[in-house]
Formats: sequence, structure tokens, C-alpha cells
Amino acid sequence: MTASSQTQAPILPHHFHKPSVIVRFRENLRKSWFKYSRNKLSVIGLVVVLLVVLTAIFAPLVSPYPQHASAFVDFENAGQPPSLRNLLGTDVFGRDILSRIFFAFRGALLMSIVVLAIAVPIGVLLGLIAGYYKNTWIDTLIMRTTDVFLAIPPIILALAIASVLTPNLMNSMIAVTVMWWPWYTRLVYGMASSCRNEYFVIAAELTGASKAHILFREILPNCLSPVFTKMALDVGWVILISASLSFVGLGEQPPTPALGQMVSDGARYMPDLWWYAVFPGLAIVIVILGFNLMGDGLRDMLEQRMG
Amino acid sequence: MRIGPFLLRRLLLSFFVLIGISVLIFVIARIVPGDPARMALGPRAPQEVVDRLRKEMYLDKSIPEQYFYWIKGVVQGDFGKSLYSKRDVSADIMEYLPATLELAFLSAIFMVIFAIILGVLAARYRDTWVDTVIRTMSYLGVAIPAFVVAVLFLLLFGYVWPILPVIGRYSAWIVPPSPVTGFAGLDSLFAGNFSAFWDSFKHLLLPAFALALGSIFQEARITRSAMVDNMNKDFLAAERGYGIPERVIMFKYLLKPSLIPTVSVMGLDIASLMGNAFLVELIFNWPGISRYGINAMLNKDLNAISAVIIIFGLIFVVVNIIVDLIVAYLDPRIRLSGARGS
Repeated sequence: MTASSQTQAPILPHHFHKPSVIVRFRENLRKSWFKYSRNKLSVIGLVVVLLVVLTAIFAPLVSPYPQHASAFVDFENAGQPPSLRNLLGTDVFGRDILSRIFFAFRGALLMSIVVLAIAVPIGVLLGLIAGYYKNTWIDTLIMRTTDVFLAIPPIILALAIASVLTPNLMNSMIAVTVMWWPWYTRLVYGMASSCRNEYFVIAAELTGASKAHILFREILPNCLSPVFTKMALDVGWVILISASLSFVGLGEQPPTPALGQMVSDGARYMPDLWWYAVFPGLAIVIVILGFNLMGDGLRDMLEQRMG
Repeated sequence: MRIGPFLLRRLLLSFFVLIGISVLIFVIARIVPGDPARMALGPRAPQEVVDRLRKEMYLDKSIPEQYFYWIKGVVQGDFGKSLYSKRDVSADIMEYLPATLELAFLSAIFMVIFAIILGVLAARYRDTWVDTVIRTMSYLGVAIPAFVVAVLFLLLFGYVWPILPVIGRYSAWIVPPSPVTGFAGLDSLFAGNFSAFWDSFKHLLLPAFALALGSIFQEARITRSAMVDNMNKDFLAAERGYGIPERVIMFKYLLKPSLIPTVSVMGLDIASLMGNAFLVELIFNWPGISRYGINAMLNKDLNAISAVIIIFGLIFVVVNIIVDLIVAYLDPRIRLSGARGS
């Protein structure tokens, strides 16, 4: 796939009408869905993701007990096992665990969106620049810095940054963002540096195109589909890291529910209130699994189109 | 073996990465809002005491000078005093690190052994139910965080079906051997105390498995696909032509080149294993460096936090050099050209 092939209009007979934009869009969508849905697991992943997103958005409506998502205490119903009244049981304060999981999805998804929205552009930009200026001091500076960030286990780096700041959702987002961009830099760097010597880039350079044009209009489009695939997979990872932070107590602070925090609270009441830790833990697994399967489907879809 | 230049290049690169890590940690420790000396002494300490500590911690010097004094100490193994335990951080590290290394080491061994066995099985019986089970488990293995595995293990093997101990390093009735190396297994063997050895080993099993589980299935899958890719290569057709039995071909000639991608990924997996140890140690109440690190983090104990991250960075760098050496051993193309990928 080259950028030039997209701009070359085929020579068509006069009476041949190009289909309208909407028709072409629908046609593309249909083809993409065909490729995506060939793997049933990707479809399951998409359904899981949609369900999670919808329950997060409409948490106040779909939760059986929306008021339990904050500092609510009902010692009468504390530590109840799963029943028809509380499908996943209640915690030590008598709060409905299912409702709290729904509300915890909100923080988790918000975190993924914010982290990726900041980290991906930074990472991609640095990767593009380093790839374009390969074998110069710019390349060395950016890529060796990336190496340093990648040489510390991500969870530990995020924990360290979150710990020196005041623990809350905002700061845990900062912490995770700081450790997330290098992965995108490394990903884009590889592709950009191999694109760099393609004819369409050299052609653009010869016609006197600006650096910005070459980076963003010539090289960037060729790097995007792996970036999108990685983003879909990474939503799951960011949720995992944010769960890890809140597990330790460095993420979202109580009484706002967070998945990791529920697991660590529940682990303390382990044999007796087993549902307290197990169901939020399974919720983490389901969310990450959903995003992973969706990411695999996207990769199949985008790579097929590339080939 | 022309491994010399390769190793040299690798060591040089690692050296710069370590310097970078130290700068990064220094920056993280300096973005803390507030005065580190004041935080160490508490809000009620008199100003002149705080000033004296500031001088001792070189906080009155410029930032580059501060870094210089700090890194000088670090190179000599002096990380300063812990605000939390009131001891030298290096003494704390010596006490807690072996427990974590022990855990990570056993976990890595589990990872290697089971990943290879399951990978070979999946390749041998590909497209049968064995393959399907391993593939399904690999999807789950990616998605399940180690601390959730730990919680499930705690419930299943600690309470529902209590076959293994789940808390700490030794049972209460075992008198721990005097620490010589700090490694429970080695210490109890030195003391000739086999019951302590066996007890500490049993305590290790669940946390080590909880840490390894996710990676095992992913790596089994990588091994499987590499083996399937290599299965129809010419060199194997040649071996078959000599009449070498399939079983020998499988393990002797096919496995070795197929392990390259597995081993390459293992470097990253061991990093995430060390990171996950942070959370798993909390659940199993394992007295390792991670629990120490978490306590340091919750108490903003900067010297201890910096030390823990430096140690983890160092371990990661060393593990990656070892991984590269193993890959170079497995792949003659790398060994002879003297550089890997990049």
C-alpha cells in the first residue's frame, strides 16, 4: 500500500458515474464487517466491548442500586452472598457489588480514553520524527530515551510516578500516560524509518514539500493501521494497569468504586466473602478479554485491506 | 564463538540505559510537591533541624550537583536512609530482595518449562482438542491479571481445597533458618533443615504459579506457531530422509530454532512478571521487596522508592542481556553477524 495509489484516479468512460460518497462508505463498511466478522471471537469481543461501554455510560440507569456507588452504608445487608436481590452479593458496607462494578467501568474507560488520547499522539509524533531523521542525533536522542522508559516494568514505573503525586484518578492517569507513549514511538519508528526511503517520500521531497507535509500526509497514513490495532488492544492494558494502581491504593480513592480497589478490599475478607473479590476480578478479565478480541478482529480487518 | 563484540555492544547499550533510568528516577523523585527534608522529619520539626538535613541531603545544591551526589552514593550501594523503616535502604533491600528473586526465579522456571512442553504438545497435536484448549487458555491468559489469578488461587487452594499454604514464607511452627544468603531454600539447605526447605518450597508454589500462569499459555502459543512454521522446512525434510525418527526430529532439530521467538518474548514477560510480583506479593503476604516498595510508595519514602526502581531496572537489563545471549546461541545468524534486529 502506497499513498500514491490512493490519489490516482482511474481513467473511466464518460458515462461511468462514480458511486456517491455514501454508497462507497456503505460498501466499505460492508466489506470491513465481512472481514471482521469472519472470526466469531472478534464478534464476541465487539459485543462485550459494546456492553461494557453502554453499562458504563448508562450506569445510573442500569445499576440496580445506583446510590451504592458512593459512600453508602447499610450494615443490615453487609456481606450478603449473591442472591436475586444482589446478583453478585454485597460488600462489607452492604453495597451492591454489581452496581459498583458498573460504576467502576466508568473510571476505567475514562482512564483508557484520556491516557490513549494523550500518549498516542505524543508517541506517534516522536516515532515519526525519529524514523524520518534516522541515524541522526535526533533519532538517537528519542530512541534511547524510549529505551530507558521501556527498561522499567510498566507497572512499577506507573506506581512510582503515581506514588510521588497525590493518589487520585487524575494523577494515576498522568502516571500511566508517562509510561505509555514509548510503545507507540517504537512501533511508529520502525514503520516510519522503512517508509522513509520509499519513492513517494523521495518524490514529495523533490517537489519541495514541507517537512510537516511529508511527516503527516506521506508517512503517517502508512503507519496508522497498526497504531489503531494497538490502541484497541491497549484499552484493555490501560484498564489492567489502572486496576493495578487502584489495587495498591494509588488510583481512584474510595468511596468511588474502582475494580482493582474492590479486588484488594475483597481479598482481605477472602474465604467468607469470596464474591467480594472474585466478581470484580472476573469483571477485569471480561473487559480486557473483550478489548483483546476486538483488537485481534481489527488487525485481521486492517491487515487484509493492506495486503 | 564470536560473541565478544556482540556482548560488548550490548553491555555498552545497557550501561547507557541504566544511566537513563537513574536520571528518570531522580526526576521522578524531584517532582514531588513539597520539601523532602520537611517530609522526612514531619511538620513539627524545628526549622534548623530541617535545614541541617537539607544540607546532609545536598538539597541546598543545584539540581545537577544533587544528582551527582545521589548517583555517587547509589554506585557505592548507598541509597540513603529509609524514612519509613528508619534504616539504611540498602540494608532493607538486602533483607527483602532475596524473597522476591526466589519467587521470580521459580516463576520464570515454571514459565519456561510449561511453555515449552505445552507448545510442543500443541504443535504435535495441532488442530485437535489439545491445541484448542491451549489456544483458548492463551486468550484467557492474556486477559487475566496476575493479581486476579492470585486471588482465585487463594480461594481455591487456600480455602476450598486447602492443599498448599497461602500466607508468607514459612509456616508458623517452622523455625526459620538463620539467614545466610536470604534465600529460604538455600538457607534451610545450609542449615541441613529439610523440613524448613520443603515448607518454604510449598509456600513458594502458589505465588510462583500465579505469576507465571498468564505468560505460560502465551508463550506456548508462540512456540507452537514457530514450530508449525518450521515444520516443513528443507532441513527437516533432509533429517527425515536420513530416517531419523519423528520424535527425535521434533525435540532435537525442530525445537531449537523454534524457541527463538519464545525466548525473545520471555525478556518482556520476565519484566511484566517482576512488575506483577508487586501485586501478587501483597496478596500472598510475601515478605519481598515489592511489598517493601509498595509501603515505601504509600509513605512517599523517596530513597526507598528510587532504590527499588533502580534494582528492578538493573534486574531487567541483566535479564535482557541473558535473553539476548540465549537468542544468539539459538540463532547462528545473529551470533555471526554480531547484532540483533534493531
